Amino acid sequence: MTSEKTRKEIVIPGETIAEGDDFLPGDWTIKTGKDIIATRIGIVEKQDRLIKIIPLSGVYIPRRGNTVIGEVKDMNHSGWTIDVGGPYGAFLTLKETPGYVEESDMETVYGIGDLVVAKILNVKRTGIDLTMKQRESGLGKIKDGIIVRVNPHRVPRIIGKEGSMIRLIKEASGCYVTVGQNGLIWIRGDSVEGKIFAKQAIEFIVENTTTDGLTDKVEQWLKENRPKNLVKNNPIKAETSEMNGGMN
Amino acid sequence: MAEKSIFTKRPDGRKMDELRPIHAEIGVVPNADGSALFAQGDTIAIAAIYGPKTLNPKHMQNPEKGVVRVHYNMLSFSVGERIKPGVSRRSQEISKVTEWALSPVVMLEELPGTVIDVHINILQANAGTRCAGINAAAMALAHAGIPMKEMISAIAIGKMDKTILADVNKEEEDYDDGEGATDMPMAYLSNSGKISLLQLDGRMQADRLKEALELGKEACKKIAEIQKKALKEYK
Repeated sequence: MTSEKTRKEIVIPGETIAEGDDFLPGDWTIKTGKDIIATRIGIVEKQDRLIKIIPLSGVYIPRRGNTVIGEVKDMNHSGWTIDVGGPYGAFLTLKETPGYVEESDMETVYGIGDLVVAKILNVKRTGIDLTMKQRESGLGKIKDGIIVRVNPHRVPRIIGKEGSMIRLIKEASGCYVTVGQNGLIWIRGDSVEGKIFAKQAIEFIVENTTTDGLTDKVEQWLKENRPKNLVKNNPIKAETSEMNGGMN
Repeated sequence: MAEKSIFTKRPDGRKMDELRPIHAEIGVVPNADGSALFAQGDTIAIAAIYGPKTLNPKHMQNPEKGVVRVHYNMLSFSVGERIKPGVSRRSQEISKVTEWALSPVVMLEELPGTVIDVHINILQANAGTRCAGINAAAMALAHAGIPMKEMISAIAIGKMDKTILADVNKEEEDYDDGEGATDMPMAYLSNSGKISLLQLDGRMQADRLKEALELGKEACKKIAEIQKKALKEYK
């Protein structure tokens, strides 16, 4: 006998999501006896025979290749400790920093309290390795603009399928937007109105993540709420750095 | 009931196995990673979760599994006579037993070297605060996305003379005629049928204890349903 829950329905820890041997337990599920049980609040997703939970809440789960925004917390002779959220600290070594950095110059490159954009090179059992040595632009220190903090589990909706959602925001606001997979979003642009507008658009998406047909709704929202005095900037080319790890 | 009781109703008009009206809600503390409010009659508890995060100082870390750290606190205005704010002998004990009650359900082996901070604040107290705290903490842990094997619910069982009662209030807890004041808080895992907290303040005969446990299990199952309903409203 097999019973399943429909998608979109929220399951809670301890809830039976499948019975029998038709499914294999995937992420955030355990098998006790004949039942597959959810261990986190989330939505059930099935991929062939694999059944897993997509979490909806909680701290950031680091994945290799994610672009993240973090704050420099500490430094020593070999690199910088960076807080990217999540249970474990991240470390950026001198070797993974672009250009040649003298040990005595480390503070002028990234000082304590600076915000940086970096990429996750490797996720270890109790730590994260970061890198900034990537050919594509976008990695480095944050010098201007505003930062918005959102629930990291809502980031895939903000980016949209292949970056569709974030492209809408960029075009409407005329700002550059870098989305960190850990829930920190960096908005930079020439006009203050544009930046605030982009921030409001992101907040609108976060509040409406569970609605269907979100892209159309956001498109309409952007049309209705766009400030009249916002100068139409030259359209911004979609940056590749935001796209990885979007909707999967 | 094994022995004839002199009571037919409770002081507030409830039946012997009837719970006080319960209100459960999640997401009450916006800055926490997870939070919940659990109110049982006049007893109100708020739990906030911070973490999992790296545990410092480093020598306190366990490289094999994570640590649950509970801070139970009764706010100074929670009872009639103002209580001195801060940590007391009683609050330390309750923090510790709550840690022991919650640890079996949290999958700590998935989070080595980390700590999960659970802050329980009692806004208003009318008996059963540690149980309300555990109920709120369990919901807050689920809300915070901490991997858990199952949900946990808790209830205070009491005794007025020879009559066993579910979910006692302060008046019933302090009733010391006959066999004396008795209060038995318990925490129950409704899926696996395990008990992770059982304390007894007062006296209870061995055969009556079984009866009390059965009553507690039934009450915990009702509470588990309410917790589940509140968590399903997450959006």
